[in-house]
Amino acid sequence: MYSNCVSYPPVPITATPCLLDLVPTRICAGFPSPAEDLGAERIDLSKVLITHPQATFLQRVSGHSMKDAGIFDNDILVIDRAIKPRHKMIVVAVVDGEFTVKQLFQRAGRVKLQAANPTYPDIVPKEGQTIEIWGVVTSCIKQFPSA
Amino acid sequence: MYALVDGNNFYVSCERVFRPSLNGLPVVVLSNNDGCAIARSNEAKALGIAMGAPWFQIKHLAEDAGLVALSANFALYGDMSDRMMSLAAGLGPAQEIYSIDESFIDLSGVKGDLVERSHKIRARILQWVGIPCGIGIGPTKTLAKLANHIAKTAERKPGVYPDKLSQVCNLAALDQAERDAVYAATAAGEVWGVGRQISKQLQAGGIHTVLDLMKLDPATVRSKWNVVLERTVRELQGTPCIDLDHSPAAKKEIACTRSFGRPITEQHHIAEAVTEFASRAAEKVRKQHSQAGQVLVFIRTSPFRKDAQYSRSMVTPLRHPSADTTCIVKAALQGLNHIFKQGFNYAKAGVMLLDLQPDTNQQAELDLEDGDSEEDRTKLMTAMDTLNQRFGKGTVLTASAGLDGMRREWSMKQLRRTPAYTTRWDDMPVARA
Repeated sequence: MYSNCVSYPPVPITATPCLLDLVPTRICAGFPSPAEDLGAERIDLSKVLITHPQATFLQRVSGHSMKDAGIFDNDILVIDRAIKPRHKMIVVAVVDGEFTVKQLFQRAGRVKLQAANPTYPDIVPKEGQTIEIWGVVTSCIKQFPSA
Repeated sequence: MYALVDGNNFYVSCERVFRPSLNGLPVVVLSNNDGCAIARSNEAKALGIAMGAPWFQIKHLAEDAGLVALSANFALYGDMSDRMMSLAAGLGPAQEIYSIDESFIDLSGVKGDLVERSHKIRARILQWVGIPCGIGIGPTKTLAKLANHIAKTAERKPGVYPDKLSQVCNLAALDQAERDAVYAATAAGEVWGVGRQISKQLQAGGIHTVLDLMKLDPATVRSKWNVVLERTVRELQGTPCIDLDHSPAAKKEIACTRSFGRPITEQHHIAEAVTEFASRAAEKVRKQHSQAGQVLVFIRTSPFRKDAQYSRSMVTPLRHPSADTTCIVKAALQGLNHIFKQGFNYAKAGVMLLDLQPDTNQQAELDLEDGDSEEDRTKLMTAMDTLNQRFGKGTVLTASAGLDGMRREWSMKQLRRTPAYTTRWDDMPVARA
């Protein structure tokens, strides 16, 4: 079933707009689209990943506290500072002057940062302290060894 | 009506976005070669550190007061400036980017409450990019700039001006009495275009505040001082004399000069630096579609050192006006050959392109000397610029620039430089997980 799905090597991504070849084949499921061969403009990954270019920054992940959310050590986070942080969103927060990626818990007047790994404790602000959210994580990019 | 949007302590603010631990600490950003302070956080200002204070004079504060000093990271500031400017542009229909951290916005035709609109834009820049700004609004560019100063001062030093002027100040929205009070509380020297020299003369003449200055008769100002100050006074009185500059005029002179990271004694090291400066200048001249008729090169020792002093420059005329890197480098190196003297500790060198003209006036000449005719290298130059733009500065260079990369003898001293967080893949900030 997958015989005509060619595998392409991963393409390194730069911080600038990045052009990828529009691959004319798709994973075979359902009927082929008659418009499939009409693709003209290359897919621009940054167009898909970045909604607010002025507010978007990249950070590299170090650590394992978010593994159950699919965020692993050495991944790259796409962070959009224009998005208002809400309950359950994955955010980068500033804790003790350092960036940390966690899931935001915001319910019934309580705010805390939750890890997505049972072995890591929640980060709860002390009395009178507020959690400073730096930005909302919208994507996570993984790069595999390709050379 | 004009607005001036200006990032607060811009370089320091850029650094703090990526190093939040610097919030609340006294921070200065040092110029090229870590020479002197070119940006100061409010906490550093409170320590009494002046703009341009030499690092060796304030060094002790690192230990005494926890002062943090960083080398200028212009790759970062340029990117952050770009983000900030494109959001500031949302304030009105036209924008003039005046410097890396300041832009004028033309507000003509903008409806609604300008102060409210400005507060929204300001909040957006702060949230999206992380840079705090001050916004000043007035009927002329000089008044907008003055309003900006008031907005920032009102925020930083509560009590000097009414609280409502903090962060955003629209002079046109105040009534006459309020405006006069604000002008009376501001020194004339704070006005855009009033230099230290003129400020002294004004004070000697009993003109201390902005209110004093704006009451002067423009004609008298012109006869007593000059047209520049006359224009400033007219602008203060509300008559626009300075338009928004959409596309800055082509420069009449292009210079690329820098101090060395440490004293240099060898000619071939200086030649590397001169080659690079000449190449950069050639790139700049091509970018503005000009060509140079003359190339000036200079070298000098440091006046701050007690050893033997030497300073010389030389202008080499080009046979034809040119924007060709190899041609300009050659002329600069020829000049260097003539002025270089062994036995000095050189601290600085530079290349200036003079006699600039549009590259559309090509001057043709009969080809008299066989084999010496200069071929047209426009295509080569375009290719070189494209390569350097796409793959980074110095990808393709003239061989005399040296090939040791950043380890070159004359490279700048930047001991405290932060990573290029937003422009280099390998320099990305790290989030703990």
